[in-house]
Amino acid sequence: MLVSYKWLQEYIDLEGVSAEELAEKITKSGIEVEGVEKLNEGLKGVVVGHVLECEKHPNAEKLNKTLVDLGNGEQVQIICGAPNVGKGQKVAVATVGAVLPGNFKIKKAKLRGEESHGMICSLQELGIEGKLAPKEYAEGIYNFTPDTEIGQDALEALNRDDEILELGLTPNRADAMSMLGVAYEVGAILGKDIKLPNPQPETSTELASDYINVTVEAKEDNPLYVAKVIKNVKVGPSPVWLQTRLMAAGIRPHNNVVDITNFILLEYGQPLHAFDYDKLGSKEILVRRAKDGEVIETLDDVKRTLTPDHLVITNGTEPVALAGVMGGANSEVGSDTTTVLLESAYFTGGVIRKASKDHGLRSEASSRYEKGVDPARVRPAAERAAELMIELAGGEVLGGEAEADALDVKPAVVSTTLGKINKVLGTDLEMNQVEDIFARLKFETAVDNDTITVTVPTRRGDITIEEDLIEEVGRLYGYDNLPTTLPVGESTPGHLSDYQKKRRVVRRYMEGAGLYQAVTYSLTSAEKATQYALDKREPVQLAMPMSEDRSLLRLSIVPQLLEVLKYNIARQTESFAAYETGAVFLKNSNEDLPEEREHLAAAITGLWESHPWQGEKKPVDFFVLKGIVEGLFAKLGLESQLDFAKAELDGLHPGRTAEILLNGNVIGFIGQVHPTQQKSLDLKETYVFELSLKALLEAETAPLQYTAIPRFPSISRDIALVVEKATAAGDLETIITEAGGSLLKEVNVFDLYEGEKMEEGKKSLAFSLKYFDPEKTLTDEDIAKAHNKVLAALEEKAGAVLRG
Amino acid sequence: MQDRLKELQAEALEKVATAADLKELNDVRVSYLGKKGPITEVLKGMGKLSAEERPKMGALANEVRDAISGQIEVKQKELEEAAVQKQLASEQIDVTLPGRPVRTGSHHPLTSIIEEIEDLFIGMGYTVEEGPEVEKDYYNFEALNLPKGHPARDMQDSFYITEETLMRTHTSPVQARTMEKHQGKGPVRIICPGKVYRRDNDDATHSHQFMQIEGLVVDENVRMSDLKGTLEVFAKKMFGEDREIRLRPSFFPFTEPSVEMDISCKICGGSGCSVCKGTGWIEILGAGMVHPNVLEMAGYDSKKYTGFAFGMGPERIAMLKYGVDDIRHFYTNDVRFLKQFSVEE
Repeated sequence: MLVSYKWLQEYIDLEGVSAEELAEKITKSGIEVEGVEKLNEGLKGVVVGHVLECEKHPNAEKLNKTLVDLGNGEQVQIICGAPNVGKGQKVAVATVGAVLPGNFKIKKAKLRGEESHGMICSLQELGIEGKLAPKEYAEGIYNFTPDTEIGQDALEALNRDDEILELGLTPNRADAMSMLGVAYEVGAILGKDIKLPNPQPETSTELASDYINVTVEAKEDNPLYVAKVIKNVKVGPSPVWLQTRLMAAGIRPHNNVVDITNFILLEYGQPLHAFDYDKLGSKEILVRRAKDGEVIETLDDVKRTLTPDHLVITNGTEPVALAGVMGGANSEVGSDTTTVLLESAYFTGGVIRKASKDHGLRSEASSRYEKGVDPARVRPAAERAAELMIELAGGEVLGGEAEADALDVKPAVVSTTLGKINKVLGTDLEMNQVEDIFARLKFETAVDNDTITVTVPTRRGDITIEEDLIEEVGRLYGYDNLPTTLPVGESTPGHLSDYQKKRRVVRRYMEGAGLYQAVTYSLTSAEKATQYALDKREPVQLAMPMSEDRSLLRLSIVPQLLEVLKYNIARQTESFAAYETGAVFLKNSNEDLPEEREHLAAAITGLWESHPWQGEKKPVDFFVLKGIVEGLFAKLGLESQLDFAKAELDGLHPGRTAEILLNGNVIGFIGQVHPTQQKSLDLKETYVFELSLKALLEAETAPLQYTAIPRFPSISRDIALVVEKATAAGDLETIITEAGGSLLKEVNVFDLYEGEKMEEGKKSLAFSLKYFDPEKTLTDEDIAKAHNKVLAALEEKAGAVLRG
Repeated sequence: MQDRLKELQAEALEKVATAADLKELNDVRVSYLGKKGPITEVLKGMGKLSAEERPKMGALANEVRDAISGQIEVKQKELEEAAVQKQLASEQIDVTLPGRPVRTGSHHPLTSIIEEIEDLFIGMGYTVEEGPEVEKDYYNFEALNLPKGHPARDMQDSFYITEETLMRTHTSPVQARTMEKHQGKGPVRIICPGKVYRRDNDDATHSHQFMQIEGLVVDENVRMSDLKGTLEVFAKKMFGEDREIRLRPSFFPFTEPSVEMDISCKICGGSGCSVCKGTGWIEILGAGMVHPNVLEMAGYDSKKYTGFAFGMGPERIAMLKYGVDDIRHFYTNDVRFLKQFSVEE
């Protein structure tokens, strides 16, 4: 809502309160003022001039040579390029020395050999948006009405010596979508009285009810419909004051009849509509829901197909307006209109919102109806409009009105107590302070001991419960004046849950391991949603996505991380490692909400370690990432529950992929991105893993328990084994561990040889075995006993022989 | 014999003095003090001496031995020291060459902000609650006093999945769920961080996915002044002790009264600049007293219980705190962006 500071003063005395100060006060007590615009900022030296003579420029086809009376006894020659300039016009003249927007200074000039002492201005040249200028002046200079006094400041004549407060209205404050509403609000803030218009139009002896009959079928949508009839209207331009009021509020002036309806909309917040009575084609107004497929052409020349969700005004048969949104082209007021049917109606929000949304049509009227207008203003607004129709369009208002009234709206009566107010706000207010606040709001109150009962005028439909009253008290008392306290009462221990604590450990571990935390989008494309999914389920789909790329919920994080890698590698980053923790979404067939499982994923590419001047460059490989996973499990005390099993998974290198198992259950995967996929992403060798963080963090771990530091030495035995190439080191390790018995404490692979010295199809794997007895120093015989069992088991189960 | 010993001593000491390295010195030791050395040789002739002379000569021989070995020891230390010096001299490095880089990753800046806020409120007795990102219409809207058809639903156009489920548009449903879990009993003190989703085209100031962190306190005597005090603690810890806060009336369907909190602008100190759009104040969060309908729907007696709630956007806070100018940076994960947040503050 754009509020003119000058206009507002017609309703309330703002003496001593500047626009800036007012803005600050309004913001602090209820409505955010998003800006204050000085309309004549950077403009000066523009006066109203009278074009005495106008002829073609002798040397230029498109220019005119004019003689303009500036009112101070001075007559100057001005060359003007506007097509609509003409003798006798009253115009805005930027005189020599004037400054126009953009610091454009007017100087004496010679145009094609003719002197020009100033410039005749269009509204745009004076800082008014082209779309707000009246259509007839949109392409040329502006003409004042003939009675405009010359020599006066044209900016003042155009009401540009004004400041506009831009109110950012929250949906509850529909009351402030009118000048009267703002006046009430400012009155409450400043503690001042306000002056309201008191329209009393003279009426003729003829009755409106003889001209029109109003029937409302859809009474719930339209509890009150008032129609007035104004005869002998002369349609023409509005006076400057009205045009400028509208333009300052962001509405384009059209003609006096339409401008009056818009003026009332701004003043009362009550949308009005003017029909050309003669074009209605009947003596009937019928308000009903539209028929399915019914068509109306609205004032913006668009044909709109309706459904029974929409409310229409009809002439009994044909729609003549889309109720509360926009009038119909078939009944539009034009220059030849003589009889106007003026509609002032109360439509309920829901049906108007639906129509506005369905047709993508937001008008000044619909936005007010959607949020709720004051039913008590329907009649006064019609009266005020009628009064202006007489004054500005020479109309003759017929007696009474045709109407359909099923309205049942009463002011809300809400009670609260002083105790409750102080309890909720934390204040120590007295009853007279509370009474004073409601008096400033012009709410009637009745006090009974601690209880205050407030009768809330219908203009403040947002106030229905006692908390609403408390808010009024709080905001007008001033939140700055509230004491500052902290909650008292039973104390609660603040903490993270075990899960949340461990998740932080995981993040710090991953970062310590050299990975950056990424945060990517949950919504993705159909292709990526299921790629690398651990759980192959159908993805959850949005009903109405904004784009294909963000239409489904992800089942895995890896595709998003690969995008991150791709983005960075394409921007001169050679190596990058990233991880993410976040939900993946698994569709449930039986429940309505999908299962959200937190995953941990990582992706690495490029060099893992590099120290250039020492000549070290180690690219990432499977075992770099596997080491990170192993370290993570160790960090969480889950080392002994972790296993890797060779696997082939979509999108991963078939020879370099494993499943990650926790206690024998697959909870994730690790592997190299399939070379084809790498190529399509412009990535070099890239490794990824993804696992269920939920499974990891919820796994049972043994409580931390100290074990004594060994007093006896351990003894190592190294063995180099020759095995089939396909034999997995992990399997050999299992055989060794099982056969080694209780004395065998540690098994480590320390060498792998697959070179040419080996027999075809064989490889050598060397293990270091550590034997240890906590009770004594082991003898050679003790070890030999265990070690021989290991060797025998290796030969028996894996055909492994010691390398000669 | 005496002369011979003296001669040997002088001869050995000369050789010790001129020994160039440890090996030469060792040779001197072996040749003069060894079992086959000249001193031993000389002493073999002791049998020819008188009983009186014998101990004298023995003592002299020992003197000579001690003198030689003492010098050898001194010389050995010298030579060893010289060897060390020589080695050190040969082991010079250029200390200005770059060190071996330690691989480090870092927190995403949004995580830093969220964890900082979590820790701040944990210190004030709050626990951290989380909830689903795909929510029921009921928890996302209805339980928060936003019945179907409520005009305020327009404020946050949402991604629906079915008629009854959608991507949550705020983290407030976690409040509704937590209150429901507490079965109408207090106190509740929670902070709820998480991702939320709205139908917005991504641009410099909008993102269809973003973070939110909300707080909720419900108890028998929660006052609006408590909200003000809590937010002041938060603002000062988060943005600096010198910041002032102001509460401005606002509107949210789930709180009544509703406020927005501004903090004084750090950049201009309150006099007005482009960051605060000339107002001297920067909007940080929305808050209010929990609407009685919300309390009642979650099973609380709104006559007995009151509460306050507040909610803010970590992106906005990060943008203000670090001067980030485009919200999309948080989701692009450009390493040149992420790297800047590896500093622990």
